Amino acid sequence: MAVDKNMNILVVDDYQTMIRIIRNLLKQLGFVNIDEATDGGAAIEKIGVKAYGLIISDWNMEPMTGLDLLKKVRGDGNKIPFIMVTAESKTENVLAAREAGVNNYIVKPFNADTLKTKLASVLGDF
Amino acid sequence: MNASQQAAAEQFKDRAYSRKEVVEIIRSVLGTIDRDSEPTAKLHQELTTLVAYIDGMRTELAQLRSIEISHNHIPAASDELDAVVDETAKATGTIMDACEKIGELAGGLSPPFSTELANAVTSVYEACGFQDITGQRITKVVKTLKHIENKVTEIISAFGHAGQMTVSGMIDRDDKKLLNGPQLKGNGSSQEEIDKLLAGFD
Repeated sequence: MAVDKNMNILVVDDYQTMIRIIRNLLKQLGFVNIDEATDGGAAIEKIGVKAYGLIISDWNMEPMTGLDLLKKVRGDGNKIPFIMVTAESKTENVLAAREAGVNNYIVKPFNADTLKTKLASVLGDF
Repeated sequence: MNASQQAAAEQFKDRAYSRKEVVEIIRSVLGTIDRDSEPTAKLHQELTTLVAYIDGMRTELAQLRSIEISHNHIPAASDELDAVVDETAKATGTIMDACEKIGELAGGLSPPFSTELANAVTSVYEACGFQDITGQRITKVVKTLKHIENKVTEIISAFGHAGQMTVSGMIDRDDKKLLNGPQLKGNGSSQEEIDKLLAGFD
């Protein structure tokens, strides 16, 4: 099935620069409906009112980390594809995210090809 | 331990003691020790050494000017690092504004120019990720500095403030080399102000 590039994507990061980078890279890949949230709480609110086809989230945020956000989303029974984009590269962190239900994991700094590959692994080839 | 000793121990459990209180307690214990008995002579010697050590630590801390560290050097270092994060975020924002503009213009061109421009813009976006990484690292350093500042403040409280420099004496930082460096927001003059100043000499 072809990937719907009109899907709503939510990008969550407390650094505005990173949100802009991901947003622009997604646009270059053809995705047009990109929302943003600068913390987990705001993300939860947005997820409550809009249907997202993908969440891309940082880990290191306060007070709610990306891992907390993931656990909350999965705890609410939501199976939205969730990609963690983070500088946290320790094995135990990756495993913790995996256990919490993350679909894929991108380590910062990353390039556009890596983002595309990970998106394809979660959404299907495009 | 008998009942009254137990009650006394319970009363003072989990309580923080100042340096002065600790020294007084040790001195009062020393006063009750029979120095002629061999085991207590050794205990007396140990306790005397401990009192001298605590007093010596206080003098060393006063020389360290720990108030200056916690109230001056560390906050100044934190401010400078916060400024680094702010300035790099601003510069990165400007770079991305330009890239977004270039990306729009590239859309109006035909291949191969459009493709090459788009690839170049992508490279710039990828490189801009540096600001996120450096920002996180610097934030970690600032948190560490604040932790050190809190610990130094606790030590100052425990050992008392006698012998420390007064606040008014702390302005003269030992970083005269930095006086000509970039100024934090609100300090220093703007380009316009400097131009006006120099124009006044013409």
